[in-house]
Amino acid sequence: MTITDDTAGIGSRMLRKEDGALVTGEAKFVDDIHSPGELWMGMVRSTAAHARIVSIDVSAAQDMPGVEAVHTGAELAAMELWVAPLPCAWPVTDDMANPPHWPVAPETVHHVGEIVAVVLADSRYAAADAVEHVIVEYESLAAVASIDQAVADTEHAHTDLGTNKAYTWAIDEDPEGTQAAFDAAAHSVVCRFEQQRLIPAAMEPRGVLALPSPMGGDVTLYSASQVPHILKVMAAATTGIPEQKIRVVAPAVGGGFGAKLNINPDEILAISLANRLGRPVRWTESRTEAAGSTHQGRGQTQHIELASDSDGRLTAIRVKLDADMGAYMMLITPGVPLLGSFLYHGVYETPKFSFTCEGWFTNRTPTDAYRGAGRPEASYAIERAMDMLSYEVGISPEEIRRRNYINGGEPFEMWENPAGIFFDSGHYLPTLDRALDMADVAGLRAEQQRRRDAGEVKQLGIGMCTYVEICGLAPSRALGGLKYAAGGWEHATVRLLPTGKVEVVSGSTPHGQGHETSWSQIIATKMGISPHDVTVLHSDTAISPLGLDTYGSRSLAVGGVAISMAAEKVIEKARLIAAHQFEAAPEDVEFEAGSFSVAGTPSKSVHIQELGFVAFAAHDLPDGLEPNLQEQVSFDPPNFAFPFGTHVAVVEIDEDTGGVDLIGYFAVDDCGNQVNPLIVEGQVHGGVVQGAAQALYEVAVYDDQANIANPSLMDYLVPSAAEMPSITTDFTCTPSTTNPLGVKGVGEAGTIGSAAAVINAVVDALRPHGITDIDMPATPMRVRRAIEAARGGAS
Amino acid sequence: MIPAAFDYVRAGSVEEALAALAEHGDDAKLMAGGHSLIPLMRYRLVTPGVVVDVGNLNGDLRGISVADGTVRVGALTRHSELEHSAELADACPMLAHVASMVGDPAVRHRGTLGGSLAHADPASDLPAAVLALGATLVARGPGGEREIAAADFFTGFLESVLADDEMLTEIRLPVSGGGWNYQKFNRRAQDWAIVGVAVAENAKGVSLVNMGSTPMRATAVEQAVAAGASAVDAAALAADNASPPSDLNGDAEYRGHLARVLTERALKAAGIA
Ligand SMILES: Cc1cc2nc3c(=O)[nH]c(=O)nc-3n(C[C@H](O)[C@H](O)[C@H](O)COP(=O)(O)OP(=O)(O)OC[C@H]3O[C@@H](n4cnc5c(N)ncnc54)[C@H](O)[C@@H]3O)c2cc1C
Repeated sequence: MTITDDTAGIGSRMLRKEDGALVTGEAKFVDDIHSPGELWMGMVRSTAAHARIVSIDVSAAQDMPGVEAVHTGAELAAMELWVAPLPCAWPVTDDMANPPHWPVAPETVHHVGEIVAVVLADSRYAAADAVEHVIVEYESLAAVASIDQAVADTEHAHTDLGTNKAYTWAIDEDPEGTQAAFDAAAHSVVCRFEQQRLIPAAMEPRGVLALPSPMGGDVTLYSASQVPHILKVMAAATTGIPEQKIRVVAPAVGGGFGAKLNINPDEILAISLANRLGRPVRWTESRTEAAGSTHQGRGQTQHIELASDSDGRLTAIRVKLDADMGAYMMLITPGVPLLGSFLYHGVYETPKFSFTCEGWFTNRTPTDAYRGAGRPEASYAIERAMDMLSYEVGISPEEIRRRNYINGGEPFEMWENPAGIFFDSGHYLPTLDRALDMADVAGLRAEQQRRRDAGEVKQLGIGMCTYVEICGLAPSRALGGLKYAAGGWEHATVRLLPTGKVEVVSGSTPHGQGHETSWSQIIATKMGISPHDVTVLHSDTAISPLGLDTYGSRSLAVGGVAISMAAEKVIEKARLIAAHQFEAAPEDVEFEAGSFSVAGTPSKSVHIQELGFVAFAAHDLPDGLEPNLQEQVSFDPPNFAFPFGTHVAVVEIDEDTGGVDLIGYFAVDDCGNQVNPLIVEGQVHGGVVQGAAQALYEVAVYDDQANIANPSLMDYLVPSAAEMPSITTDFTCTPSTTNPLGVKGVGEAGTIGSAAAVINAVVDALRPHGITDIDMPATPMRVRRAIEAARGGAS
Repeated sequence: MIPAAFDYVRAGSVEEALAALAEHGDDAKLMAGGHSLIPLMRYRLVTPGVVVDVGNLNGDLRGISVADGTVRVGALTRHSELEHSAELADACPMLAHVASMVGDPAVRHRGTLGGSLAHADPASDLPAAVLALGATLVARGPGGEREIAAADFFTGFLESVLADDEMLTEIRLPVSGGGWNYQKFNRRAQDWAIVGVAVAENAKGVSLVNMGSTPMRATAVEQAVAAGASAVDAAALAADNASPPSDLNGDAEYRGHLARVLTERALKAAGIA
């Protein structure tokens, strides 16, 4: 890998503009920002998963040094700090159950970690001390601690609802046809996979600081958020503070992975209390607190069945999901499984497709988006199931894939999938061929056979996954059709300043992705200027008033396209000014590498950066043309984008201990055109590790009383560089047909491909034992037990 | 993750540290590298009224010397200093190697040998090493200095024979020749062992990590080896007098299995049986 800083535009490996401040510690995160007179919130959190609050004794806490006040949920409700419960923006069906989720529980708690009272104190330490002295008496109710328990539906997570089922959502046009295909199938597999709950564990925990401005009656909320724009709208709707009085700023944000796209109790509390008290109010979550207070990812039981003909060609796929909502519907909780619903056939053609998802309440921390949100789950299910079908049919995993790829693995555009959506473009076969080649799968198989024959303790496994994902969220109409409350456009402003420099205002909000660099490169190419002449402004609703933020691999495919389009509008206006200077018709003025010139008269030329001052001074503009060069675009994409790729994982399993070592990883991804390949590779690397983490390390463990058993990073195992192999990447390029840049999105791709590839490799290593599946995470004990069970008893 | 309030005393000498311990009794805690104490305080699992910081004491308390067949290690010697010491690599290579297996570089830079032993965590690496190596621990208290055999030191979960007013000052080990091996099985490089096994030929020691409430010797294995058993036969006894914990990384039965696998590997690698 070579790193160059050749200051070029689209396609160059420019070093990230953001990294200087990040690696030197100059970047300011919420917890670095302080205000005189600030009060720390200390959250008293429920220790019971499901209980009625009998009493809360705050007297001892109230008298402690540094404590200003202690408020219970009932008191806060009486103070009218909010006018509505925390929002769910995605009621997926008309009859979806959505029990009210108040920032602080007024009467009944529904998960461990739910806030029951809030301390306000003059330091974080005083707040933490006082929290310990609040005495809460609970009357326990039966807790629903697992999906199985929720589905059994005998005990209820919300007593009033009388059922744990929140909704049923289906794409199932021809259930009889699907059944007939299964009846006629030469081969079929029936699989059940657990998508264990994951704790997002971003490097920076969440935190808030709300600053009131008593004279103006408005509030500024600093939040470690991916979604300052959405937060502003929702904070207004929830607190009743007029929207124009609220400003939301997301300063440097240390990763989100979806966990920072919610509207959280602490955000509403901070903004409302600051507004009420006229004092700054802050909070930073601790790691242990985060495990119960910030939403978790995944949490599904997947039932997937495949039917095929005798050659292994798919004839039907039937999917039933039981999705764990947790205790409440948060911003997009119910919609997360649906984001995957369109992709349970993966990269394969199938005549029949049936999909049903049931959402279930449990007394656990709410789930919501986590890197990939619904799509890693989908690709895991289909890609694991395809391997299982390959065992049935008796062909290799690559062969079963070749036989089933959409359009025979040849290139296509606008392919209509069985769920009725159109894949913008795809060309799957080259990613498989390249990945097999890069990994030297033939050589690995020979070595695998040698070890098997020699009966060695360390066995090899080779696994693969061809994924497709749906991203670039999203066409607003499509979202409306899915009952999502908002749109999917993105907004951008480009201004050419008087001195010729450029300010870009981004509506999508970076939290590690490198927007400042990529947007500068887009401007550089479009406007023919140096990317270092560009500054990207973002993440502050006062500076960037319109935007829909960052999630679902949408920033480039929607926001970046908006930047590009706004730059084109600036160029078009500048062309009018240049034509006026040249006394030529605008159609005769050409724009090339930053300069306008008259066709056929190259001596007459002006650089676009020189026109910044001309437009600003406005002494001699064409009649009727407004001064200044600033243009805005709200881009609403006509379709989603569908990146894809093939990943190959290589594991070594110590059969005596059960230890799994990921020793090789090869990723061939296709995200269409790339703006900055260095950033793309970084996204793939991080994504791959996050998926491999689910496969081998991470799981939020709950006990039978729905207490989380591993809330610290000592027990919740986020892998480090030491556990990961060097990742080899390569790319093919199939431009998107959805947008003029031909870009697709790559933020989630690695995660969507890697969990399945790694588990396919683990199972491949264990195949001689007759093992066909293993649950995630494939821990050493689990692997060892599987081997023992296959051998018919203990060691 | 926010510790309760405490007073902080920085000791300038062992005498000052002992005086502070004498004054505050069991309300005081020594702090060396702080890498076991501070996490416990942040979880409020321990709430000392006074923290007596000895982490900056130097002199004999920090460093390695070899003379007359004995290796002397100051109690405040950092794991990283053990790991990189040329003298130790020569005189007691297993201790240097085991130190290199502790946590990650940041942890090894702060954590001390004395702190690791005094903390008496059955999951820690270094206690098992000093057990297998037949070390002697030197402690000072109001009544002066005493020597404690490593085999007598650990008494319970996070408990040792050290009194509240005593401080470890030195660890003495016989210069070791012969085979040795340390097997550490964990899931991430930075983690504690799910199970570990240390084998040292000249001390005839075999010890186990995370197989009971204390760092422990595998006496049945030691006896079998002494009686000439093969590695396979001796290792089969590895979990015999152990009562390993069950946690998210492994239940007791799996730990027993690991102890047998790792003991066999360690004995073979050390060339002992
Ligand atoms: C992230 C992380 C990973 C780790 N991984 C491992 C690992 O893989 N393996 C492993 O073995 N350890 C591991 N550790 C623990 C580490 O090795 C500690 O440093 C060590 O256990 C304690 O040494 P310390 O000097 O930091 O002791 P401190 O934390 O300062 O003290 C620990 C205890 O010992 C007492 N004490 C300290 N010094 C003395 C003394 N001289 N005399 C009497 N009492 C004393 C203290 O009062 C306290 O009760 C890890 C720690 C962390 C934070």
